[in-house]
Amino acid sequence: MSSPLLSARGISKAFPGVQALHDVNLHLNRGEVLAVVGENGAGKSTLMKILGGVYRPDDGVIEWEGRPVSIGSVEQAQKLGIVLIHQELNLAENLDVAGNMFLGREPTWGGPLGLIRPRMSRDAEPILRRLGFDASPRTRVADLSIGQQQLVEIARALSLQSRVIIMDEPTSSLTQRETDRLYEVIRDLKRDGISVLYISHRLKEVETIADRVTVLRDGKNAGELFRDQITHEAMVRLMVGRELKQFFHRSRHEVTPRPILEIRNLRWQEGQAPINLELRGGEIVGMAGLIGAGRTELAETVFGIRRRVSGQILLEGRPILVRHPGDAIAAGVYLVPEDRRSQGLVLGQSIRFNLSLPSLQNLQRFQLVSTRRETAMAERQRQELNIRCPSVRQIVGLLSGGNQQKVVLGKWLSRHPRVLILDEPTRGVDVGAKSEIYALMDQLAQRGVAVLMISSDLEEVLGMSDRVLVMHEGRLAGELSREQLSEEAVMRLATGAAA
Amino acid sequence: MKKIIGLIAFLAIIYVLLLAADPGARLAANHFNLGRRIGLYGIISLGAGMLIITGGIDLSIGSVVGLCATLLAMLLRGDRFPRFPFKGWFFEQLNAGLDWLGGLVNFPEHPWAAIIFVLLVGMAIGLVNGLLVTKVRVQAFVVTLCGLFIYRGISRFMAEDQVKGLGNQFGDLKTIFYSSEAVLGLPMSLVYFLVLLALATVFMHLSIHGRYFFAIGANEKAARYSGVPTDRYKILAYVICSTLAAFYGVLYLMQENSAQPSSTGNFLELYAIAGAVLGGCSLRGGEGSVGGLVIGTSILVLLPNLSLMLGIPSALEYTVIGGALLLGATLDEVLRRVGQKDR
Repeated sequence: MSSPLLSARGISKAFPGVQALHDVNLHLNRGEVLAVVGENGAGKSTLMKILGGVYRPDDGVIEWEGRPVSIGSVEQAQKLGIVLIHQELNLAENLDVAGNMFLGREPTWGGPLGLIRPRMSRDAEPILRRLGFDASPRTRVADLSIGQQQLVEIARALSLQSRVIIMDEPTSSLTQRETDRLYEVIRDLKRDGISVLYISHRLKEVETIADRVTVLRDGKNAGELFRDQITHEAMVRLMVGRELKQFFHRSRHEVTPRPILEIRNLRWQEGQAPINLELRGGEIVGMAGLIGAGRTELAETVFGIRRRVSGQILLEGRPILVRHPGDAIAAGVYLVPEDRRSQGLVLGQSIRFNLSLPSLQNLQRFQLVSTRRETAMAERQRQELNIRCPSVRQIVGLLSGGNQQKVVLGKWLSRHPRVLILDEPTRGVDVGAKSEIYALMDQLAQRGVAVLMISSDLEEVLGMSDRVLVMHEGRLAGELSREQLSEEAVMRLATGAAA
Repeated sequence: MKKIIGLIAFLAIIYVLLLAADPGARLAANHFNLGRRIGLYGIISLGAGMLIITGGIDLSIGSVVGLCATLLAMLLRGDRFPRFPFKGWFFEQLNAGLDWLGGLVNFPEHPWAAIIFVLLVGMAIGLVNGLLVTKVRVQAFVVTLCGLFIYRGISRFMAEDQVKGLGNQFGDLKTIFYSSEAVLGLPMSLVYFLVLLALATVFMHLSIHGRYFFAIGANEKAARYSGVPTDRYKILAYVICSTLAAFYGVLYLMQENSAQPSSTGNFLELYAIAGAVLGGCSLRGGEGSVGGLVIGTSILVLLPNLSLMLGIPSALEYTVIGGALLLGATLDEVLRRVGQKDR
């Protein structure tokens, strides 16, 4: 039997306070798509960074075509033929496509000023064609969609003669169409004998694309699945080590007849079709649509981040004036923003600091923060939300994605929401925490809160929503009741096909 | 926390070396002198540091000090302010307006009104800086760099580049703002500084407003999404900084008895920023503490003294300060790197 292209044996890696990897094995054959799945904090990223030359393992052997190698830097990894594409793309937005592909290896006439631009474009062309990239290599990267930028990263990897491409959550910000395009590219790469290591939280994608799945749990190998064994349930079972019974929690409960929040003729841009919608207490309304359809903009306008051009917002029948998030918060309308790291949290501060930030007015006496009440409040949220941390004084940036998201939710739960808008509430969140967040949404609905859930994850839209609103190019394209709900129906509206 | 302990140790070493190097340094008179300077610089660093914690910066501090000291001297002396040397209806109206303003209050007879007026000028400058930074979104560095030129120019113009002295008048004011006896044997500037320090500590570390300052500096977006009125707090930070600069101008004039429009306050913004950075503030915002500011300022004051005692020529004073700051910043970054190496 020929040896695998790349194999890692007995890899261990510790960080201060955490054993990130413990005796992990992994191998990758030529032309194979191997998915690595696991909850956040299971060690996927650490393992990939070791293979990509970002970290050095404490222990273990890495073999390339059967020979032990040491990968001490990203350059060494690239020389072997391994390229790691990070979740946050690393492109110079001000350069063009070819410039990014050959960054640092530009063909020159010899001098530092002798860039040969035409040759860069000429060399880039065939690689880009092969990936089905339809724009010119002279396009500035800033003008490309996220999906196209992803292709540029892959093109760069190919131009480096890579034989292993590691993709970390490649679809987290892609539209469905771009995701499909990426699948085709991956299948083409496979045909050319290039191996792909694929990391994703989206198990549905893994079902579609992976030849084999390696599951990590708590920094250890938890199991391996081959082609026909790869199912959602099997992966979840290995990831969490237990059966998750009823992943999406939905209970039957009363919906208030009168709407809590009414949005009338709302516009945040001149020339835009006005938006009208109603949210009732006790219902979870899903909001689907492609990236850029205006869902986040709608949420931000209701919350007072964006200026409204026209229209009215009514809370329990009375119009409210929202000029600033403070106004929305005072009315009990809260937003869990799309990007928790940049919008939801002060990463360098403690859990307690973050939890209390919107509620300091209620925790003060003579303008001074009552640390006792603040801590009590933080502890209560920590227990209710099951935030896993040694103490509420722990720095938020050190928590896993799921726990960070729970902190963002906790900021609002302590204030008794009337309307809660969640923008991509489970993006980058592990399966266990996802299930907890769903349960929490259900509880809120039971208590009579109106929940608006913006999500690009169709599974969760279908699983959680009482009804679904679909946006397309800045307007509401349609509404689907629970009976009408299907993936196809949502996508038809989201892509404008139903118009 | 570790940073603060390191800084305290560094300060202690400088202090002990200073005492060891020169018996004269052990005298009460020298301590009085050091305390006076720590108080003065401390007031400025406090304002700059609070602003830096919100992620802002103010390069106009020195010019605001110069403007306020000169303005106060002229008001107290009852000097006539120059008129705009331009023709035309607009400037005539403007000059007439200035005449009318000048006749409103007899400042030499009401020196307290002059002092309040000067503090209001400082406040107004901070307000303008803050509004430009938050509402018009001009970069803080640019706004305050322009302020540095503009206010210096105004002070030179209105004083016609003449030194403005108070002579032997206003003895009671001088006693209040600068006296050799002072409260509990402490120099007045240090007394004012300690009062302001206590207020700043409560404000920054115990009140909800300080929380907002730190949150805005560390992640302005997250603060906004949490309902913090970010613009208002950023403007407040500029107002505090410029008002403290104006107050420094008052203290300076009372101590020196004269203001030199072209040089009073020169480089002060750089001292203030250096003190804040030495004391653990990050120019990225969101980091630092009032206690750190005190230590940073003290190091800044003691260091040149020590280098003098060690026989380093006084011409090298700036170099010593710069070197210490650079060493501190480099060490901080290297230590941080080592701490993160294994992540």
